[in-house]
Amino acid sequence: MIFSMLVFSLMVAVIFNFSFPPGSEFIDDAAAGIIWMTFIFTSLLGMSRSFVREVDKGCMQGLLLAPIDRVDIYISKMLINLIFIIMVEVVVVPLFSVFFKINLFDSIGALSAVLLLSTLGFAIVGTLFSAIAVNTRTREVMLPILHFPVSIPLIICAVQATNAVMAGQAWSVIWPWLKIIIAFDLIFFLVGYLTFEYIVEDS
Amino acid sequence: MKAEGSFAITVAGLTKCFGHMYALRQVDLAVKTGEFVTIFGPNGAGKTTLIRILSTLSKSSSGEVSILGSSPAKEPESIRRQIGVIGHNTFLYEELTAAENLKFYGKLYSVSNLGQRIEESLAEVGLSARAADRVRTFSRGMQQRLAIARAMLHDPSILLLDEPYTGLDQHAAHVLSEWLSRLRKESRTTLMVTHNIERGIELADRIVVLRNGEFVYDHLRKGVSAEDFKQIYNDLVEGKPGKHA
Repeated sequence: MIFSMLVFSLMVAVIFNFSFPPGSEFIDDAAAGIIWMTFIFTSLLGMSRSFVREVDKGCMQGLLLAPIDRVDIYISKMLINLIFIIMVEVVVVPLFSVFFKINLFDSIGALSAVLLLSTLGFAIVGTLFSAIAVNTRTREVMLPILHFPVSIPLIICAVQATNAVMAGQAWSVIWPWLKIIIAFDLIFFLVGYLTFEYIVEDS
Repeated sequence: MKAEGSFAITVAGLTKCFGHMYALRQVDLAVKTGEFVTIFGPNGAGKTTLIRILSTLSKSSSGEVSILGSSPAKEPESIRRQIGVIGHNTFLYEELTAAENLKFYGKLYSVSNLGQRIEESLAEVGLSARAADRVRTFSRGMQQRLAIARAMLHDPSILLLDEPYTGLDQHAAHVLSEWLSRLRKESRTTLMVTHNIERGIELADRIVVLRNGEFVYDHLRKGVSAEDFKQIYNDLVEGKPGKHA
């Protein structure tokens, strides 16, 4: 799974590298959007498979029969999705930096915070919707349909915060976006925490 | 955990509906500790729904359920620790080896001396030599034997079996029956749902028939032959007058 995610994101990075002529003035404006578009599609690719193995092979019932809190299953799946996406980001962000000739490493702390918190939000929402989508007949299509509308506030904040980091703006400009991202993460983690048991109950 | 009186499982007025469809209607059942009860019934009678509710996979719409004195709604985790479930799905990860599957489930159940327990379990089901092989290379019969080892790993007091013979060839079904007979001698409470009348009768202390979400027959197995029961079962399923109930 991680290999497919990595190959996909590398392909997107390479394709966009050839889309813009070297030194193009549009790169600075578009880079944050391109980076996040890559990560969103990569994360959907991974998260759409989160529960497929369990449901298709009947292992989900095996997990649900275990004497553990069912929320632990949600948190475990969410964490492994988060780790996979971060692994992709660790490889792809330096590549984007090289391809687009943007120095991302001067503000590595702020960039890491934006990437981590935004990716966490994607993993929280994506894992929850993946558990819903996996029981539908059109599960591959269903996850993006469920995920995108809910994630719009997160996507906007992630792109704006990344833009601010790339432009070398002060922490005071980045922080308000991060606050919204943190609020999004907390709200949807609580939603997942409270609803996951009901989502998987009759799966 | 103590059972309620001498009953391991008690069900009173259990109803489960999906929208306007009733899967179970006011079902009552009491299974004594150590008893082996076989439930027969046509497709859609509510057998699997009953097993799902007892195993905490599904919630009832109304009625009372008690398993070893605990309610599935209030103490699901303590019930899950006490039950072993074997279904037509094996709940096994095909990419993992037999030993890795047992290790994974053993950790979920916090089984002590896990390494030793895995070796014992694999030996009991005759799979010691295949411990390091991936489950996807196993035949259906071998997978079912490993599923038995998985279900027994935490030494459950109650076994819930949902169509365990599905997809097994004659030999694998025979091995499963032998193994269940052995468990029966250990006085483990067992509730089995099956369509296989010969094997279901052979193992049972008590036979129950579920039809349209209601128990229409509940009888001790003693004195009932498989041939007699086939006739009784066909009459009940066809809805002929209830002389048998």
